[in-house]
Amino acid sequence: MANMAQAVRMALHFGEKHLGVTDVFGEDVGPPLGGVFTATQGLRTAWNTPLDERGIIGTAMGIAYAGGRPVCEIQFCDYAFNVLDMFKIAGNQRWASGGGYDMPLVVMTPNGAGIRGSLYHSHSFESWASRLPGWKVVMPSNALDAYGLMLAAIKDPNPVLVLLPKALLRAKDTRLIPGEPADADELSRMIDAPVNDRVGWEPNWPNLEDHTVKIGSAELVREGTFGTVISYGRPLPLCAQAADELAAQHYRTFDVIDLRSIFPYDWGMISRSVLKTGRVLIVNEDTEVTNFGEHLLRRVVDEHFYDLSVRPRTLMGKHVPGIGMNQNYEVNSVPQLGDIRTALWDLATEAA
Amino acid sequence: MPDANEDPPDIEDALLRRGARSTPYPAAPSAIRSGRDTLSVEVALTVFRQMLRTRAIEERSIKMSKSGEAYFWIGGPGEEAFNVCLGLQINKGHGPAHDYLHLHYRNAGIMLTMGMPMIDHTRQLAMRWTDRHSRGRNFVGHYSIPEWNVIPVTSVIEVQFAMAPGTALVQKRHGQKNPTENEGITVVVGGEAGTAEGDFESCLNWTTRPGQELPVLMLVTNNRYGISTDLDTVHTHRPIADRAIPYGMRYETIDGNDPVATWHGIDRAMRYCRRERKPFLLETMVSRLHGHSSSSGAQRNWNEADSLAAFEQKLIDAGAIDTNAVRALKDEAKAEADRAVVETMKEPEPTREDVYAFTYAESAVDTIYPKDFTGLPGAR
Repeated sequence: MANMAQAVRMALHFGEKHLGVTDVFGEDVGPPLGGVFTATQGLRTAWNTPLDERGIIGTAMGIAYAGGRPVCEIQFCDYAFNVLDMFKIAGNQRWASGGGYDMPLVVMTPNGAGIRGSLYHSHSFESWASRLPGWKVVMPSNALDAYGLMLAAIKDPNPVLVLLPKALLRAKDTRLIPGEPADADELSRMIDAPVNDRVGWEPNWPNLEDHTVKIGSAELVREGTFGTVISYGRPLPLCAQAADELAAQHYRTFDVIDLRSIFPYDWGMISRSVLKTGRVLIVNEDTEVTNFGEHLLRRVVDEHFYDLSVRPRTLMGKHVPGIGMNQNYEVNSVPQLGDIRTALWDLATEAA
Repeated sequence: MPDANEDPPDIEDALLRRGARSTPYPAAPSAIRSGRDTLSVEVALTVFRQMLRTRAIEERSIKMSKSGEAYFWIGGPGEEAFNVCLGLQINKGHGPAHDYLHLHYRNAGIMLTMGMPMIDHTRQLAMRWTDRHSRGRNFVGHYSIPEWNVIPVTSVIEVQFAMAPGTALVQKRHGQKNPTENEGITVVVGGEAGTAEGDFESCLNWTTRPGQELPVLMLVTNNRYGISTDLDTVHTHRPIADRAIPYGMRYETIDGNDPVATWHGIDRAMRYCRRERKPFLLETMVSRLHGHSSSSGAQRNWNEADSLAAFEQKLIDAGAIDTNAVRALKDEAKAEADRAVVETMKEPEPTREDVYAFTYAESAVDTIYPKDFTGLPGAR
């Protein structure tokens, strides 16, 4: 029943206790705040950095070079653009050094729109991230996967970027993380810092167990025959909901694939589903020009052109400079439930 | 025609003329002096020999870039005194008990002095598969030696200054837990032009957080140019070292063309970092004898002071060495460089099968790339 922020926090605690995490750090990551989304409250190795994203990634690389296991945070992915070249370097160190140095580095950062974040708390980063060879990039759409993907990110000896959908950080999962108490209020009393006086507060961690979601493994969250929907992160629950509605109201069922890993992505699952349905829709909230979804579309066209019944399609964020503060901007630039439902209906009903 | 890389074109035999000045030879001295600083003759001759070797490999490297044995050259002729004096004082080894080196691309002298064979330099320059630093992938001088804590050099200016606090943080913690291994420091080197990047400021800031100071020796080699741009046109006339002042960091500016002064400047700064576990900003004024790189022609600039020629004269004048011994050392260094090149050119190049190699480390939690990168996921 944990929300995604609590799941990340518990994964980092598991990482500190069992997987050798030496440092969890970033802006406002340490006490007293424990992260602007509370994802790092109560962690033994959490500390605050100067407000300096380049210093954060550079220092994380240095810690990794010297044998540490760092997990660092860019407070919002909107502020990761000035570290793109540091990301490039972290991703190429192993290749450039002919295998001389591994780069066991985890960077986590909140991603996407949906918290009324205006221009600079609403960016999507996955398409930029997909252009960072040497990295692995994951994005959960629920708390249990957030826990499992974070553990995978920590265990993987390569740089892993964990993109956390901002709008889902407070979303509770219906499932339990192994070791988590069944009562959500009890969990909150155990691991949520008090709102006011935090001096002397210590978390009471549940006895958590390993639950690793392997990198590169998508999840088929709905099964159907009328089309394939490929999504991840924030729009994923909307895709599942739209598929449920169309199944209940119109008996049109869909394969809904939660990609979970942006790179490497689970091409096997995509390919099998496309062969089955012959109809493909790719949904994400990043801006539509040179979008990662276009790469998936290219592979679908390249490798399944003659397996398709209708044209493959995408539903993505509009190519606009930002998400405007007024909700009329956001709902008209980022795919909404209604947009997804319409796109699914069109996909399923277009004559072959 | 005289070789443009070696002696001034207006002097037919510079070595003889220099030697003639100091005849008859004085009695062998016990020390080489510069101001209040001295070096024992033994150390001075070691520094001199390593400077000669460094110059020899750099000049041979420039020839390689012009002959077609290699393409791009960049390096540090003119910075030999700095590189050698630093290389001789490194606590060499693997892990946080030893020094970490975050270098840039003018530091061949550090590596040769630490014991790297010349062929490990020329293999990278000639883009061979045998290149231990990068398998023929990176520019020359972009060293990577995990056994000696040499962090991969990258062409991106100044990013090493953002990474240095990370290795130093691990070193400081390691020393606190293991008091007998509390001497390792992080050495980070860059040029003066690069200090305009924010990463330089990041290093100043991250290493001076109150109570959490880090043992980082920040070294700026100031050759007064960023490619073609004169420092005076893009930076205040205050010394680079003054940038330490608002952070309360120790700092000094030294003459990097004077090996005796350089040795002691590095020694003072290093001892402070090792003992106090705090940072030090050391600016060394150096020459750039062959311009920025092969992209600007790499021709010798005779207007720049030459630390090697000056030190040679100083040693001869002091009677620490004679011209015949100098000539023998030079011949030996050149022959060593030639042997490295000849051997290098026999060695294999990378092939198309090597393109993906070493992208990823093995991972037990990756279903697509458990071993290494193999092309696009599921590619047939």
